[in-house]
Amino acid sequence: MAVNSEPRKGPPQRNSIGIAQWVQENLFGSVGNSILTLFGLSFSVWLVWSVVDWAILRAVFTGSDGSACRIEGAGACWPFVVHKFQLFMYGRYPVEEIWRVNLTYVLALAGLIPLMLPGIPGKLWLSIYMLVVFPVIAFFLLTGAEWFGLPNVETEKWGGLLVTLVVACVGIAASFPLGIILALARRSELPLIKWLAIFFIEFVRGVPLVTVLFFASVMLPLFLPENVTFDKLLRALIGVALFSAAYLAEVVRGGLQAIPRGQFEAADALGLGYPQKMGFIVLPQALKLVIPGIVNSFIALFKDTSLVLIIGVFDLLGIVQQGISSDAKWFSPQTAATGYVFAAFVFWLFCFGMSRYSAWLETRLDTGHKN
Amino acid sequence: MRYWVAGCLALLTAMSQLAGQAGAQTTSTLDTVKARGQLQCGVNTGLAGFSAPDDAGTWKGLDVDVCRAISAAIFKDTSKIKFVPLTAKERFTALQSGEIDVLSRNTTWTMSRDTAAGLSFAGINYYDGQGFMVKKSLDVVSAKELSGASICVQTGTTTELNLADYFRSNKIEYDPVVFEKLPEVLAAYNAGRCDAFTTDVSQLYSIRLTLGNAADHIVLPEIISKEPLGPVVRQGDAQWGNIVRWTLNAMINAEELAVTQANVDQMKNSKNPEIRRLLGLEGEYGKAVGLDADWAYQILKLVGNYGESFDRNVGAGSPLGIARGQNALWKDGGLQYAPPIR
Repeated sequence: MAVNSEPRKGPPQRNSIGIAQWVQENLFGSVGNSILTLFGLSFSVWLVWSVVDWAILRAVFTGSDGSACRIEGAGACWPFVVHKFQLFMYGRYPVEEIWRVNLTYVLALAGLIPLMLPGIPGKLWLSIYMLVVFPVIAFFLLTGAEWFGLPNVETEKWGGLLVTLVVACVGIAASFPLGIILALARRSELPLIKWLAIFFIEFVRGVPLVTVLFFASVMLPLFLPENVTFDKLLRALIGVALFSAAYLAEVVRGGLQAIPRGQFEAADALGLGYPQKMGFIVLPQALKLVIPGIVNSFIALFKDTSLVLIIGVFDLLGIVQQGISSDAKWFSPQTAATGYVFAAFVFWLFCFGMSRYSAWLETRLDTGHKN
Repeated sequence: MRYWVAGCLALLTAMSQLAGQAGAQTTSTLDTVKARGQLQCGVNTGLAGFSAPDDAGTWKGLDVDVCRAISAAIFKDTSKIKFVPLTAKERFTALQSGEIDVLSRNTTWTMSRDTAAGLSFAGINYYDGQGFMVKKSLDVVSAKELSGASICVQTGTTTELNLADYFRSNKIEYDPVVFEKLPEVLAAYNAGRCDAFTTDVSQLYSIRLTLGNAADHIVLPEIISKEPLGPVVRQGDAQWGNIVRWTLNAMINAEELAVTQANVDQMKNSKNPEIRRLLGLEGEYGKAVGLDADWAYQILKLVGNYGESFDRNVGAGSPLGIARGQNALWKDGGLQYAPPIR
């Protein structure tokens, strides 16, 4: 006791400050913790090592066909991705027209980036550009405009990341307003509108997307007169947009329900009409509340684009899979794994990007509702 | 309520009439294709050696070559084709609804398909069948030597039934190791859980390339089932059926007559009457199917004969390396036999 009460001199013990203390307290605090720490550590090392070993050390980096990857004990077959990169990005879009796709991406980024960053003026004009001007330009750029000297490119030639982005972006752009309208309609006091919205939402939520796409591609042509066919990609776009709208409507409705009655009444008391009440008072608050839900829906939609494969439209995953399973030139034990890892990485980039942006947006718009 | 029902009935009647009219349309497929300036060809969404886009995205394969040959015969150009990749479930609907003009998608010719559903098979461009793959180290050269062997097979398929039939009729004991999905079967074989692996031969060859060392595995010569694959057209347009059938026949006849993509121009000087008829120098065989006299010349010049197409897509000249086997010409002990052009 007496020894303990004596004040220590000199610097504090090494293991009671900084990292050393933290490690001892949190990782090796008890026998159980120590075992868990050692186990977790060795597992992580093993995992990282396997990935590095497969993707880099044992990987094949050069070669013009699969034979280079058919050697015993080879890791990832990267030449497969390198040689098929253009196919994975643009599908069978004609090589001499690929600049049109790239130009579309540039135009999209030129509108999106200033729109998404704060402090850049002219948001209204940018919105008009993105919502009205850009879709028209993109449509003609991608599909072609003979009168403007741009040869037509049929959508069956589209593929890869291009299709994934087109389906996802059109899906997001179309389902967002549609979802808000459906959510408002479902809370409407007019019975017809309310019941139509309920019917649509419940019907769509009750049917899997695969079924809808399958119906559109297998059943629909039988009902139409001969030689009348819908563009396959268009079928997929309509299906995906309506689908996502129904889910989004429920997310937005959740936000609307969270707005206190007082807000509605205050708007009424100010003499605001329905559009003003919703547009200026209710929706800005409601939408902000459900940002996580909306982004969740968008990420799900982005990943759902892979389902268009079942109607013979090749999105990124579809075209990677096609290369893996059907190009005999590249057959090797590791081709499949390499292709899937590449596809997963591209999907992850986009989805992670979306979720980070939403997190940033939430913090920026936070006005105290969060806690 | 009653009005609703009446209205619905009227609508249904109108729709069925519309469908009926559409079905009764008698414009010839050839005219439609010519007017459109493009052949619409249904192919597999991706099957090694039969239809798959290459690195540049160009469709290649044995089934794809049938489409290219038809396009060559009609347009003297192999690029006037819209390839429509189809899944197994979509394929017949696409043909019936007119979304495609010809279906060249490794489709097995069976009686039920040929008679029902308004389909008509136009020939056989690949004789497939169920075979066996074993590890070379087993020193087995015939399926008859597989006595007591464990065999990996996908359950619930005709493959499993064929296997049982074959071993029962040959009075050989075997031990089936069944799995639900093909990748599982493959993984089991690769892990050494069974001695042999069975599915259609064309698949065995592509699967062989995804195993560790392809040279360690061999495909046995026995074929235990019949899977004749060929192009399909809509029933009711005899001329169009003839075009597809004789496109294929011309390619097979050309191989028999040793007319190749390289020598087709020199062959024009040949004295052989069969070659002269094939290349449209004698007779009016092109006219008989509604095409120009040099229809077959165009096919051979732009696509090549059957043997060349086989070789570069699935045969010795391709990574698959499938043996000609049943697909050799009848002269060489195979089944490929085309009626003469005369």
